Amino acid sequence: MADRSKIPVPIPTPETEHFWAGAREGVLKLQRCSACTEVYFPPRPFCPVCISRDVEVFDASGRASLYSYVINQRPHPAHDGPYSIAVVELEEGPRMMTNIVNVEQTPEALVLDMPLEVVFEPLTDDISLPYFQPEGATR
Amino acid sequence: MKPGSIAIVGAAETTELGRIPDLSQIQLHADAAINAMNDAGLKPSDIDGVATAGESPTATAHYLGITPKWVDGTAVGGCSFMLHVRHAAAAINEGLCDTVLITHGESGRSNIGRSGRPGGRATLQGQFESPYCSMGPPTTFTIPFLRYMKETGTTLEQLAAVAVIQREWAGMNPRASFRDPLTIEDVMNARMIAWPFTLLECCLVTDGGGALILTSAGRAKDFPQKPVYIIGTGESTETPMISQMDDMTTSKAFRVSGKKAFEEAGIGHADVDHLMIYDAFAHLPIYGLEDLGFCGRGEAGAFIAERNTAPGGSLPLNTNGGGLSYMHSGMYGMYALQESVRQMRGIAPAQVEGAEITVCHGVGGMFAASGTVIMSNQAP
Repeated sequence: MADRSKIPVPIPTPETEHFWAGAREGVLKLQRCSACTEVYFPPRPFCPVCISRDVEVFDASGRASLYSYVINQRPHPAHDGPYSIAVVELEEGPRMMTNIVNVEQTPEALVLDMPLEVVFEPLTDDISLPYFQPEGATR
Repeated sequence: MKPGSIAIVGAAETTELGRIPDLSQIQLHADAAINAMNDAGLKPSDIDGVATAGESPTATAHYLGITPKWVDGTAVGGCSFMLHVRHAAAAINEGLCDTVLITHGESGRSNIGRSGRPGGRATLQGQFESPYCSMGPPTTFTIPFLRYMKETGTTLEQLAAVAVIQREWAGMNPRASFRDPLTIEDVMNARMIAWPFTLLECCLVTDGGGALILTSAGRAKDFPQKPVYIIGTGESTETPMISQMDDMTTSKAFRVSGKKAFEEAGIGHADVDHLMIYDAFAHLPIYGLEDLGFCGRGEAGAFIAERNTAPGGSLPLNTNGGGLSYMHSGMYGMYALQESVRQMRGIAPAQVEGAEITVCHGVGGMFAASGTVIMSNQAP
Protein backbone atom coordinates (compact mmCIF):
# COMPACT_ATOMS: atom_id res chain seq x y z
CA MET A 1 0.00 0.00 0.00
CA ALA A 2 1.42 3.36 -1.02
CA ASP A 3 2.86 5.24 1.92
CA ARG A 4 2.86 8.94 1.09
CA SER A 5 4.99 9.66 4.17
CA LYS A 6 7.91 8.29 2.13
CA ILE A 7 7.72 11.22 -0.31
CA PRO A 8 10.60 13.67 0.30
CA VAL A 9 8.83 16.74 1.68
CA PRO A 10 9.89 20.03 0.10
CA ILE A 11 11.23 22.73 2.41
CA PRO A 12 10.10 26.13 1.13
CA THR A 13 12.53 29.03 1.05
CA PRO A 14 11.63 32.74 1.20
CA GLU A 15 11.76 32.83 -2.60
CA THR A 16 9.36 29.90 -3.07
CA GLU A 17 6.94 30.39 -0.16
CA HIS A 18 4.26 31.94 -2.40
CA PHE A 19 4.23 28.81 -4.58
CA TRP A 20 3.60 26.50 -1.63
CA ALA A 21 1.06 28.89 -0.11
CA GLY A 22 -0.82 28.74 -3.41
CA ALA A 23 -0.54 24.96 -3.55
CA ARG A 24 -2.11 24.71 -0.06
CA GLU A 25 -5.12 26.56 -1.51
CA GLY A 26 -5.18 24.42 -4.64
CA VAL A 27 -3.81 27.13 -6.94
CA LEU A 28 -0.78 26.82 -9.20
CA LYS A 29 1.26 30.03 -8.86
CA LEU A 30 3.62 31.25 -11.54
CA GLN A 31 5.60 34.43 -11.89
CA ARG A 32 5.65 36.98 -14.69
CA CYS A 33 8.15 39.73 -15.34
CA SER A 34 6.49 43.14 -15.44
CA ALA A 35 9.28 44.52 -17.58
CA CYS A 36 9.54 41.91 -20.37
CA THR A 37 6.39 39.75 -19.74
CA GLU A 38 8.42 36.52 -19.45
CA VAL A 39 6.57 33.82 -17.50
CA TYR A 40 8.94 31.54 -15.61
CA PHE A 41 9.37 28.66 -13.17
CA PRO A 42 10.79 27.63 -10.70
CA PRO A 43 10.21 30.68 -8.48
CA ARG A 44 12.79 33.38 -7.96
CA PRO A 45 12.39 37.08 -7.17
CA PHE A 46 13.80 38.30 -10.48
CA CYS A 47 13.29 37.64 -14.16
CA PRO A 48 15.75 35.05 -15.51
CA VAL A 49 15.62 36.70 -18.94
CA CYS A 50 16.09 40.41 -18.18
CA ILE A 51 17.01 40.32 -14.43
CA SER A 52 14.32 42.84 -13.57
CA ARG A 53 13.23 42.53 -9.94
CA ASP A 54 9.81 43.87 -10.91
CA VAL A 55 7.97 40.56 -11.06
CA GLU A 56 4.45 39.50 -10.10
CA VAL A 57 2.89 36.27 -8.92
CA PHE A 58 -0.26 35.16 -10.73
CA ASP A 59 -2.61 32.20 -10.85
CA ALA A 60 -1.83 29.80 -13.67
CA SER A 61 -4.63 28.12 -15.62
CA GLY A 62 -3.55 24.68 -14.43
CA ARG A 63 -3.71 23.40 -18.01
CA ALA A 64 -0.67 21.64 -19.45
CA SER A 65 0.45 19.07 -21.98
CA LEU A 66 2.63 15.99 -21.56
CA TYR A 67 6.14 16.87 -22.71
CA SER A 68 8.14 13.74 -21.83
CA TYR A 69 8.30 11.02 -19.19
CA VAL A 70 9.48 7.62 -18.04
CA ILE A 71 7.54 4.92 -16.24
CA ASN A 72 9.64 3.86 -13.28
CA GLN A 73 9.52 0.10 -12.74
CA ARG A 74 11.64 0.07 -9.59
CA PRO A 75 9.70 -0.15 -6.34
CA HIS A 76 9.14 3.02 -4.36
CA PRO A 77 7.32 2.92 -1.01
CA ALA A 78 5.19 5.92 -1.93
CA HIS A 79 3.81 4.24 -5.03
CA ASP A 80 1.87 1.06 -5.73
CA GLY A 81 3.67 -0.38 -8.72
CA PRO A 82 5.13 1.42 -11.73
CA TYR A 83 4.59 5.17 -11.88
CA SER A 84 5.27 7.95 -14.32
CA ILE A 85 7.90 10.61 -13.70
CA ALA A 86 7.00 13.29 -16.17
CA VAL A 87 7.73 16.79 -17.37
CA VAL A 88 4.70 18.80 -18.42
CA GLU A 89 4.54 22.01 -20.39
CA LEU A 90 2.20 24.49 -18.79
CA GLU A 91 -0.17 26.45 -20.98
CA GLU A 92 1.73 29.60 -19.93
CA GLY A 93 5.02 28.14 -21.25
CA PRO A 94 7.20 26.93 -18.36
CA ARG A 95 7.76 23.23 -17.77
CA MET A 96 7.73 21.36 -14.48
CA MET A 97 8.31 17.86 -13.20
CA THR A 98 5.35 15.91 -11.88
CA ASN A 99 3.67 12.52 -11.77
CA ILE A 100 0.73 11.90 -14.10
CA VAL A 101 -2.07 10.58 -11.90
CA ASN A 102 -5.56 9.14 -12.20
CA VAL A 103 -4.66 7.30 -15.38
CA GLU A 104 -3.17 3.90 -16.19
CA GLN A 105 0.62 4.04 -15.96
CA THR A 106 1.24 2.58 -19.41
CA PRO A 107 2.77 3.88 -22.63
CA GLU A 108 -0.63 3.40 -24.32
CA ALA A 109 -2.42 5.63 -21.82
CA LEU A 110 0.33 8.23 -21.52
CA VAL A 111 0.62 9.86 -24.92
CA LEU A 112 2.95 12.76 -25.53
CA ASP A 113 1.22 16.12 -25.90
CA MET A 114 -2.03 14.86 -24.35
CA PRO A 115 -3.91 17.62 -22.50
CA LEU A 116 -3.57 17.61 -18.73
CA GLU A 117 -4.85 19.55 -15.76
CA VAL A 118 -3.36 20.21 -12.36
CA VAL A 119 -4.66 18.47 -9.26
CA PHE A 120 -3.33 18.99 -5.74
CA GLU A 121 -2.75 16.34 -3.10
CA PRO A 122 -1.90 17.26 0.49
CA LEU A 123 1.36 15.83 1.76
CA THR A 124 1.58 17.58 5.16
CA ASP A 125 -0.37 20.42 6.80
CA ASP A 126 1.89 22.87 5.00
CA ILE A 127 2.71 21.18 1.73
CA SER A 128 0.39 20.11 -1.05
CA LEU A 129 1.96 18.77 -4.23
CA PRO A 130 0.77 19.67 -7.70
CA TYR A 131 0.20 16.61 -9.87
CA PHE A 132 -1.31 16.41 -13.35
CA GLN A 133 -4.11 14.21 -14.69
CA PRO A 134 -5.68 13.82 -18.10
CA GLU A 135 -8.08 16.66 -18.73
CA GLY A 136 -11.49 15.76 -17.31
CA ALA A 137 -10.25 12.66 -15.47
CA THR A 138 -11.87 11.81 -12.18
CA ARG A 139 -10.01 10.68 -9.11
CA MET B 1 43.41 27.55 -24.31
CA LYS B 2 46.45 27.78 -26.58
CA PRO B 3 46.19 24.64 -28.74
CA GLY B 4 49.01 22.17 -28.23
CA SER B 5 50.64 24.12 -25.40
CA ILE B 6 49.89 21.48 -22.77
CA ALA B 7 50.35 17.70 -22.78
CA ILE B 8 49.22 14.73 -20.74
CA VAL B 9 52.39 12.96 -19.59
CA GLY B 10 50.92 10.58 -17.05
CA ALA B 11 47.70 8.58 -17.19
CA ALA B 12 46.47 5.55 -15.34
CA GLU B 13 43.43 3.92 -13.83
CA THR B 14 43.24 2.12 -10.52
CA THR B 15 45.03 -1.23 -10.50
CA GLU B 16 41.67 -2.99 -10.28
CA LEU B 17 38.29 -1.95 -11.64
CA GLY B 18 34.84 -3.29 -10.90
CA ARG B 19 34.30 -4.47 -7.36
CA ILE B 20 36.98 -3.24 -4.93
CA PRO B 21 35.61 -3.62 -1.40
CA ASP B 22 39.06 -3.35 0.19
CA LEU B 23 39.71 0.26 -0.92
CA SER B 24 38.02 3.41 0.34
CA GLN B 25 37.23 6.38 -1.87
CA ILE B 26 40.37 8.31 -0.91
CA GLN B 27 42.54 5.24 -1.48
CA LEU B 28 41.04 4.77 -4.94
CA HIS B 29 42.21 8.34 -5.69
CA ALA B 30 45.63 7.50 -4.32
CA ASP B 31 45.94 4.17 -6.14
CA ALA B 32 45.22 5.85 -9.46
CA ALA B 33 47.47 8.80 -8.62
CA ILE B 34 50.40 6.55 -7.73
CA ASN B 35 49.94 4.59 -10.95
CA ALA B 36 49.87 7.85 -12.93
CA MET B 37 52.98 9.19 -11.16
CA ASN B 38 54.78 5.92 -11.90
CA ASP B 39 53.62 6.17 -15.51
CA ALA B 40 55.14 9.65 -15.73
CA GLY B 41 58.24 8.89 -13.63
CA LEU B 42 57.25 11.50 -11.03
CA LYS B 43 57.08 11.69 -7.25
CA PRO B 44 54.56 13.65 -5.17
CA SER B 45 57.18 16.38 -4.66
CA ASP B 46 57.19 16.91 -8.44
CA ILE B 47 53.47 17.75 -8.45
CA ASP B 48 52.54 21.36 -7.70
CA GLY B 49 48.90 21.45 -8.80
CA VAL B 50 45.99 19.24 -7.76
CA ALA B 51 42.46 19.01 -9.12
CA THR B 52 39.73 16.59 -8.16
CA ALA B 53 36.00 16.13 -7.73
CA GLY B 54 34.01 13.90 -5.42
CA GLU B 55 36.79 14.20 -2.85
CA SER B 56 38.24 17.52 -1.73
CA PRO B 57 41.51 18.60 -3.36
CA THR B 58 42.75 19.41 0.15
CA ALA B 59 42.20 15.85 1.34
CA THR B 60 43.62 14.34 -1.83
CA ALA B 61 46.77 16.49 -1.79
CA HIS B 62 47.44 15.87 1.89
CA TYR B 63 46.84 12.12 1.60
CA LEU B 64 49.38 11.94 -1.21
CA GLY B 65 51.92 14.24 0.44
CA ILE B 66 51.57 16.98 -2.14
CA THR B 67 51.92 20.69 -1.32
CA PRO B 68 50.13 22.36 -4.20
CA LYS B 69 50.57 25.90 -5.47
CA TRP B 70 47.29 25.56 -7.39
CA VAL B 71 44.11 23.65 -6.61
CA ASP B 72 40.82 23.16 -8.45
CA GLY B 73 37.83 21.53 -6.81
CA THR B 74 35.41 22.14 -9.66
CA ALA B 75 32.69 19.55 -9.12
CA VAL B 76 29.99 19.57 -11.79
CA GLY B 77 29.48 15.83 -11.91
CA GLY B 78 31.02 13.18 -14.12
CA CYS B 79 32.61 15.59 -16.59
CA SER B 80 34.46 17.50 -13.84
CA PHE B 81 37.75 15.96 -14.99
CA MET B 82 37.32 17.38 -18.49
CA LEU B 83 36.97 20.79 -16.84
CA HIS B 84 40.01 20.11 -14.66
CA VAL B 85 42.07 19.41 -17.79
CA ARG B 86 40.91 22.69 -19.26
CA HIS B 87 41.53 24.68 -16.08
CA ALA B 88 44.92 23.05 -15.53
CA ALA B 89 45.97 23.95 -19.07
CA ALA B 90 45.10 27.58 -18.41
CA ALA B 91 46.86 27.54 -15.04
CA ILE B 92 50.07 26.05 -16.43
CA ASN B 93 50.07 28.50 -19.32
CA GLU B 94 49.56 31.35 -16.86
CA GLY B 95 52.53 30.17 -14.78
CA LEU B 96 50.44 29.34 -11.72
CA CYS B 97 51.99 25.88 -11.51
CA ASP B 98 54.00 23.47 -13.66
CA THR B 99 52.73 19.94 -13.14
CA VAL B 100 49.11 19.13 -12.35
CA LEU B 101 47.68 15.88 -10.99
CA ILE B 102 43.98 15.26 -11.63
CA THR B 103 42.45 12.40 -9.68
CA HIS B 104 39.21 10.47 -9.53
CA GLY B 105 38.21 7.65 -7.22
CA GLU B 106 34.77 6.42 -6.39
CA SER B 107 33.52 3.46 -4.43
CA GLY B 108 30.35 3.50 -6.46
CA ARG B 109 29.52 -0.15 -5.91
CA SER B 110 31.00 -0.96 -2.50
CA ASN B 111 30.32 2.44 -0.88
CA ILE B 112 33.51 2.40 1.16
CA GLY B 113 34.31 5.83 2.59
CA ARG B 114 32.18 7.56 0.01
CA SER B 115 31.51 11.29 0.37
CA GLY B 116 27.93 12.45 0.86
CA ARG B 117 25.91 13.41 -2.15
CA PRO B 118 24.35 16.89 -2.40
CA GLY B 119 20.69 17.76 -2.78
CA GLY B 120 18.82 19.10 0.26
CA ARG B 121 15.06 19.35 0.38
CA ALA B 122 15.21 23.16 0.38
CA THR B 123 17.04 23.29 -2.95
CA LEU B 124 14.95 23.93 -6.05
CA GLN B 125 15.45 20.28 -7.03
CA GLY B 126 14.43 19.21 -3.55
CA GLN B 127 11.26 21.25 -3.79
CA PHE B 128 10.24 20.78 -7.40
CA GLU B 129 11.67 17.42 -8.56
CA SER B 130 12.41 15.08 -5.66
CA PRO B 131 8.77 15.00 -4.39
CA TYR B 132 7.85 13.17 -7.58
CA CYS B 133 9.95 10.23 -6.38
CA SER B 134 12.41 10.69 -9.20
CA MET B 135 14.88 8.44 -7.34
CA GLY B 136 18.02 9.26 -9.33
CA PRO B 137 19.64 8.99 -12.73
CA PRO B 138 17.97 5.82 -14.14
CA THR B 139 14.52 7.37 -13.71
CA THR B 140 15.42 11.01 -14.32
CA PHE B 141 18.26 11.26 -16.83
CA THR B 142 16.09 9.13 -19.10
CA ILE B 143 13.05 11.42 -19.14
CA PRO B 144 14.04 13.48 -22.21
CA PHE B 145 14.24 10.57 -24.62
CA LEU B 146 10.55 10.04 -25.38
CA ARG B 147 10.34 13.67 -26.49
CA TYR B 148 13.45 13.17 -28.63
CA MET B 149 11.92 10.03 -30.19
CA LYS B 150 8.67 11.78 -31.02
CA GLU B 151 10.37 14.77 -32.63
CA THR B 152 12.99 12.84 -34.61
CA GLY B 153 11.42 9.48 -35.40
CA THR B 154 14.26 7.66 -33.66
CA THR B 155 13.29 4.13 -32.64
CA LEU B 156 13.79 1.93 -29.59
CA GLU B 157 15.71 -0.50 -31.82
CA GLN B 158 18.18 2.28 -32.57
CA LEU B 159 18.52 3.03 -28.86
CA ALA B 160 19.22 -0.65 -28.22
CA ALA B 161 21.87 -0.63 -30.94
CA VAL B 162 23.96 1.74 -28.82
CA ALA B 163 24.30 -0.93 -26.13
CA VAL B 164 24.85 -3.74 -28.64
CA ILE B 165 27.68 -1.97 -30.45
CA GLN B 166 29.41 -0.79 -27.29
CA ARG B 167 29.37 -4.38 -26.09
CA GLU B 168 31.25 -5.28 -29.29
CA TRP B 169 33.98 -2.82 -28.25
CA ALA B 170 33.94 -4.17 -24.69
CA GLY B 171 34.45 -7.67 -26.07
CA MET B 172 37.88 -6.52 -27.28
CA ASN B 173 38.84 -5.12 -23.85
CA PRO B 174 40.04 -7.53 -21.15
CA ARG B 175 39.34 -4.96 -18.40
CA ALA B 176 35.70 -4.44 -19.40
CA SER B 177 33.11 -5.50 -16.83
CA PHE B 178 30.82 -7.13 -19.40
CA ARG B 179 32.17 -8.66 -22.60
CA ASP B 180 29.61 -11.20 -23.85
CA PRO B 181 27.96 -10.20 -27.15
CA LEU B 182 24.41 -8.82 -27.09
CA THR B 183 21.63 -8.67 -29.66
CA ILE B 184 19.04 -5.95 -30.13
CA GLU B 185 16.48 -8.42 -28.74
CA ASP B 186 18.63 -9.07 -25.66
CA VAL B 187 18.69 -5.37 -24.92
CA MET B 188 15.02 -4.72 -25.61
CA ASN B 189 13.90 -7.77 -23.63
CA ALA B 190 16.09 -7.07 -20.63
CA ARG B 191 14.41 -6.05 -17.37
CA MET B 192 12.60 -2.74 -17.75
CA ILE B 193 14.04 -0.09 -15.41
CA ALA B 194 12.24 3.06 -16.50
CA TRP B 195 10.19 2.70 -19.64
CA PRO B 196 11.50 2.90 -22.34
CA PHE B 197 14.95 2.12 -20.84
CA THR B 198 15.94 -1.45 -20.00
CA LEU B 199 18.73 -2.54 -17.67
CA LEU B 200 21.18 -2.94 -20.56
CA GLU B 201 20.61 0.67 -21.60
CA CYS B 202 21.70 1.90 -18.15
CA CYS B 203 25.31 2.21 -17.05
CA LEU B 204 27.09 -0.16 -14.72
CA VAL B 205 27.74 0.60 -11.07
CA THR B 206 31.34 -0.22 -10.20
CA ASP B 207 34.34 0.90 -8.11
CA GLY B 208 37.46 2.45 -9.55
CA GLY B 209 39.50 5.52 -10.23
CA GLY B 210 41.87 7.22 -12.61
CA ALA B 211 44.43 9.99 -12.69
CA LEU B 212 46.10 12.26 -15.21
CA ILE B 213 49.26 14.36 -15.06
CA LEU B 214 49.63 17.45 -17.24
CA THR B 215 52.52 19.75 -17.93
CA SER B 216 53.66 22.15 -20.63
CA ALA B 217 54.26 20.76 -24.10
CA GLY B 218 57.83 22.07 -23.89
CA ARG B 219 58.59 19.78 -20.96
CA ALA B 220 56.50 16.88 -22.22
CA LYS B 221 59.11 15.28 -24.46
CA ASP B 222 61.37 14.68 -21.45
CA PHE B 223 58.85 12.21 -19.99
CA PRO B 224 58.89 8.45 -20.59
CA GLN B 225 55.50 8.22 -22.31
CA LYS B 226 54.47 9.51 -25.69
CA PRO B 227 52.95 12.96 -24.98
CA VAL B 228 49.27 13.49 -25.69
CA TYR B 229 48.70 17.12 -26.56
CA ILE B 230 45.61 19.06 -25.56
CA ILE B 231 44.50 20.92 -28.66
CA GLY B 232 40.99 22.11 -27.78
CA THR B 233 38.75 22.38 -24.75
CA GLY B 234 35.26 23.48 -23.85
CA GLU B 235 32.92 23.56 -20.90
CA SER B 236 29.46 24.76 -19.99
CA THR B 237 26.50 24.24 -17.70
CA GLU B 238 22.78 24.33 -18.34
CA THR B 239 20.55 23.49 -15.36
CA PRO B 240 20.71 21.26 -12.28
CA MET B 241 17.03 20.40 -12.88
CA ILE B 242 16.40 18.19 -15.88
CA SER B 243 12.82 19.46 -16.02
CA GLN B 244 14.20 22.91 -16.76
CA MET B 245 16.26 22.05 -19.86
CA ASP B 246 15.66 24.52 -22.66
CA ASP B 247 14.74 21.70 -25.02
CA MET B 248 14.74 18.03 -24.03
CA THR B 249 15.84 16.94 -27.50
CA THR B 250 19.24 18.64 -27.35
CA SER B 251 21.75 19.62 -24.65
CA LYS B 252 22.72 23.28 -24.61
CA ALA B 253 25.75 22.48 -22.44
CA PHE B 254 26.91 19.89 -25.01
CA ARG B 255 26.54 22.37 -27.86
CA VAL B 256 28.40 25.20 -26.13
CA SER B 257 31.22 23.02 -24.83
CA GLY B 258 31.68 21.12 -28.09
CA LYS B 259 31.64 24.20 -30.29
CA LYS B 260 34.28 25.93 -28.16
CA ALA B 261 36.54 22.87 -28.19
CA PHE B 262 36.35 22.50 -31.97
CA GLU B 263 37.00 26.22 -32.44
CA GLU B 264 40.05 26.11 -30.20
CA ALA B 265 41.43 23.05 -31.95
CA GLY B 266 40.78 24.53 -35.37
CA ILE B 267 39.67 21.15 -36.71
CA GLY B 268 36.65 19.89 -38.57
CA HIS B 269 34.61 16.79 -37.83
CA ALA B 270 36.26 14.88 -40.67
CA ASP B 271 39.60 15.30 -38.87
CA VAL B 272 38.41 13.27 -35.88
CA ASP B 273 39.70 9.69 -35.75
CA HIS B 274 38.28 8.60 -32.40
CA LEU B 275 35.42 9.75 -30.20
CA MET B 276 34.36 9.25 -26.62
CA ILE B 277 30.91 10.38 -25.49
CA TYR B 278 30.07 9.79 -21.84
CA ASP B 279 27.31 7.19 -21.89
CA ALA B 280 25.59 7.03 -18.54
CA PHE B 281 22.56 5.84 -20.52
CA ALA B 282 22.17 4.68 -24.10
CA HIS B 283 20.65 7.92 -25.38
CA LEU B 284 23.70 10.02 -24.50
CA PRO B 285 25.84 9.03 -27.51
CA ILE B 286 22.84 9.91 -29.68
CA TYR B 287 22.56 13.38 -28.17
CA GLY B 288 26.35 13.78 -28.21
CA LEU B 289 26.75 12.90 -31.89
CA GLU B 290 24.18 15.54 -32.81
CA ASP B 291 25.10 18.25 -30.32
CA LEU B 292 28.80 17.98 -31.18
CA GLY B 293 27.92 18.27 -34.87
CA PHE B 294 28.90 14.79 -36.09
CA CYS B 295 25.31 14.06 -37.15
CA GLY B 296 22.41 16.20 -38.24
CA ARG B 297 19.28 16.55 -36.17
CA GLY B 298 17.58 13.18 -35.71
CA GLU B 299 20.24 11.25 -37.64
CA ALA B 300 22.36 9.85 -34.81
CA GLY B 301 20.21 6.81 -34.00
CA ALA B 302 20.43 5.57 -37.59
CA PHE B 303 24.12 6.52 -37.76
CA ILE B 304 24.85 4.20 -34.85
CA ALA B 305 22.48 1.43 -35.96
CA GLU B 306 24.15 1.46 -39.40
CA ARG B 307 27.43 0.63 -37.64
CA ASN B 308 29.33 3.84 -38.32
CA THR B 309 30.55 3.88 -34.71
CA ALA B 310 31.13 0.10 -34.46
CA PRO B 311 34.45 -1.72 -34.88
CA GLY B 312 35.44 -1.16 -38.50
CA GLY B 313 33.19 1.89 -38.82
CA SER B 314 34.21 5.38 -39.88
CA LEU B 315 33.89 6.95 -36.43
CA PRO B 316 34.97 4.61 -33.61
CA LEU B 317 32.98 5.63 -30.53
CA ASN B 318 33.37 4.56 -26.89
CA THR B 319 36.02 2.03 -27.77
CA ASN B 320 36.55 0.89 -24.17
CA GLY B 321 32.95 -0.35 -24.05
CA GLY B 322 31.73 2.80 -22.31
CA GLY B 323 29.76 3.25 -19.15
CA LEU B 324 27.35 0.64 -20.46
CA SER B 325 29.90 -2.18 -20.60
CA TYR B 326 33.39 -1.09 -19.44
CA MET B 327 32.84 0.48 -16.02
CA HIS B 328 30.95 3.35 -14.39
CA SER B 329 31.81 4.40 -10.87
CA GLY B 330 29.48 7.40 -10.81
CA MET B 331 31.73 10.04 -12.37
CA TYR B 332 32.78 8.24 -15.54
CA GLY B 333 34.45 11.18 -17.31
CA MET B 334 37.88 10.15 -16.08
CA TYR B 335 37.61 6.75 -17.81
CA ALA B 336 36.62 8.37 -21.09
CA LEU B 337 39.72 10.58 -20.83
CA GLN B 338 41.88 7.53 -20.05
CA GLU B 339 40.63 5.74 -23.17
CA SER B 340 41.33 8.80 -25.33
CA VAL B 341 44.87 8.93 -23.92
CA ARG B 342 45.37 5.20 -24.60
CA GLN B 343 44.17 5.65 -28.17
CA MET B 344 46.57 8.56 -28.69
CA ARG B 345 49.44 6.58 -27.17
CA GLY B 346 48.56 3.67 -29.45
CA ILE B 347 48.10 1.21 -26.59
CA ALA B 348 44.31 0.77 -26.36
CA PRO B 349 43.01 -2.80 -26.30
CA ALA B 350 40.79 -1.93 -29.27
CA GLN B 351 43.30 0.38 -30.90
CA VAL B 352 42.12 2.54 -33.80
CA GLU B 353 45.00 2.22 -36.23
CA GLY B 354 46.70 5.49 -37.06
CA ALA B 355 44.41 7.61 -34.88
CA GLU B 356 45.83 11.10 -34.43
CA ILE B 357 42.93 13.12 -33.06
CA THR B 358 40.45 12.13 -30.36
CA VAL B 359 37.45 14.03 -29.05
CA CYS B 360 36.46 13.25 -25.48
CA HIS B 361 33.11 14.60 -24.39
CA GLY B 362 31.58 14.39 -20.95
CA VAL B 363 28.30 15.10 -19.25
CA GLY B 364 27.90 16.27 -15.67
CA GLY B 365 24.80 15.64 -13.62
CA MET B 366 21.81 14.94 -15.83
CA PHE B 367 22.42 17.18 -18.85
CA ALA B 368 23.47 19.69 -16.17
CA ALA B 369 27.03 20.34 -17.30
CA SER B 370 29.48 19.41 -20.00
CA GLY B 371 33.17 19.32 -20.75
CA THR B 372 35.03 18.53 -23.97
CA VAL B 373 38.73 17.81 -24.47
CA ILE B 374 40.28 17.32 -27.90
CA MET B 375 43.68 15.63 -27.93
CA SER B 376 46.31 14.72 -30.49
CA ASN B 377 49.47 12.66 -30.50
CA GLN B 378 51.01 14.98 -33.09
CA ALA B 379 53.43 17.58 -31.72
CA PRO B 380 52.21 21.11 -32.37
